[in-house]
Amino acid sequence: MSAKLELLSQNLQKHLGDRIVEAQMALGEISIDVDVTAYLETMLLLRDQSDLGFEQLIDLCGVDYSTYGDGCWSGKRFAVVTHLTSIANNWRLRVRCFAPDDDFPSVPSVVALWNSANWFEREAFDLFGIVFPGHADLRRILTDYGFVGHPFRKDFPVSGYVEMRYDPEQRRVVYEPVTIEPREITPRIVREASYGDVENG
Amino acid sequence: MADIQNYTLNFGPQHPAAHGVLRMVLELDGEVVQRADPHIGLLHRATEKLAETKTWIQSVPYMDRLDYMSMMVSEHAYCMAIERMIGIDVPIRAQYIRVMFDEITRILNHLLWVGAHGLDVGAMTMVLYAFREREDLVDCYEAVSGARMHAAYFRPGGVYRDLPDTMPKYRESKWKSAAEVKKLNEVRSGTFLDFLQDFVSRFPNIVDEYETLLTDNRIWKQRLVNVGVVSPERALQLGFTGPMLRGSGIAWDLRKKQSYEVYDRLDFDIPVGVTGDCYDRYLVRIEEMRQSNRILQQCIDWLRVNPGPVISDNHKVASPLRANMKSNMEELIHHFKLCTEGMHVPEGQVYSAVEHPKGEFGIYAISDGANKPYRLKIRSPGYVHLSAMDELVRGHMIADVVTMVGTIDIVFGEIDR
Repeated sequence: MSAKLELLSQNLQKHLGDRIVEAQMALGEISIDVDVTAYLETMLLLRDQSDLGFEQLIDLCGVDYSTYGDGCWSGKRFAVVTHLTSIANNWRLRVRCFAPDDDFPSVPSVVALWNSANWFEREAFDLFGIVFPGHADLRRILTDYGFVGHPFRKDFPVSGYVEMRYDPEQRRVVYEPVTIEPREITPRIVREASYGDVENG
Repeated sequence: MADIQNYTLNFGPQHPAAHGVLRMVLELDGEVVQRADPHIGLLHRATEKLAETKTWIQSVPYMDRLDYMSMMVSEHAYCMAIERMIGIDVPIRAQYIRVMFDEITRILNHLLWVGAHGLDVGAMTMVLYAFREREDLVDCYEAVSGARMHAAYFRPGGVYRDLPDTMPKYRESKWKSAAEVKKLNEVRSGTFLDFLQDFVSRFPNIVDEYETLLTDNRIWKQRLVNVGVVSPERALQLGFTGPMLRGSGIAWDLRKKQSYEVYDRLDFDIPVGVTGDCYDRYLVRIEEMRQSNRILQQCIDWLRVNPGPVISDNHKVASPLRANMKSNMEELIHHFKLCTEGMHVPEGQVYSAVEHPKGEFGIYAISDGANKPYRLKIRSPGYVHLSAMDELVRGHMIADVVTMVGTIDIVFGEIDR
């Protein structure tokens, strides 16, 4: 497997060159970071160069890095992470592209390159509020009709803002402010890398 | 002359053929579908967000509830993601047990699929037969985990416990006479593997029976042949995986191509279709059941003669044995830490994919070194397949919409997550 990864890494260097901002090889996977300005041409190269040959877009998702590592994150807040698969060459690649503006995250759409990105981009828009210029039908997909906000952002509470119930007097479903108190049973803890020595256990 | 407008029809979400809560807005010109717009999210539970607020191990049972027709396979992808990030090895016996239950799950899923698809298209009998066989397999689930559906049997580091030596037995009651109970308990007298062996030796004939009902059935073929044809190029472009991709003639199966656990030691074939229509996808799934049965046989043979541990002895990840915990201070501490704070997963990101009965099921996890995932993305095959619905049904008759919903094999637990 590692020889294969080596070959993929060389091919990536050959075709993409400076377009790769950062490349990482870990856990048998290659991840590359791409700048938003070079995003579309990189993706096109990845699909059309036969020694890269990523004919399938397997997954595309948004990530909100704002609370990463309990506040040690200094980079951009939103990223779009794409997983590509090559059936012909039997390898995978992860492409990450940070949205330049934290207040209005926007990353070009790849629907024209891979039609399977359609709903994934709608999902990332719905849950993270990342906008995909070039997407013809960027509607909400998973949340309720008339939903306000982007629920997977880290500043959106798990309990949400509204709850609904049937009101027998008005004889319809009504929305009210949420009554659940937020609580955390197991706190989130980031330990130093050698804590507990998981590797040598 | 009056202007004839297209008719808009609202299909679902409360429709027996919608396989759950699919709402589809269909634009019809007479009986021909011009456009389909699936509205999903009616079962959205934000599993990924919930997982961010739970420790790593607490999300294992959520995985069952994604695709509630193939429970353990989803657990498998999740456990593999954690194992790869922490870098622990799974004992070989646990790998065989996992593969065995993956294949039991595949048969479970395809049985339900062939039953429900038959029901949608008009073959009432199939669902009754399919549920008869499913009964034996959910009994297997029950025997190892205590639950018939949501097992939570796979754990990071292995499986929860070894296969049981005895099967639960029927007891006499006012509904079941002694003679009846004796007959029912005959196959349950031995070990778990004996029980499964009995199923495995019966199953090929059962599939033959199914095929006599469907494969050459004139109505079945009229409803399925040349309906919903997807070319290999389009299948790739639309992100199809699993039987949907293989039905279009591309021999891509993660069990072979990017083998995980012990699939590379097992002997099985990948069926592929030729024309990429609904009938080919039916044939592919039927053949997959036969191949799964072959894998089951090999797993049973191996597991009979190779005892051993079934979960990693790294107690930072896997809970220690109850007996040791009572007598050993260190193990008690491990247990306490695991149950309160949970395991810590090193910083990094991983994408682990398994060949789910419906296609490629992937877990993309980002960890920042905490005891909870920073971000968990579930790549469910049904979501991508359903997004191609518009292209599949366009130009077909309205009755074929139901066939198409059936052939995709959708389950809303995994689509809405």
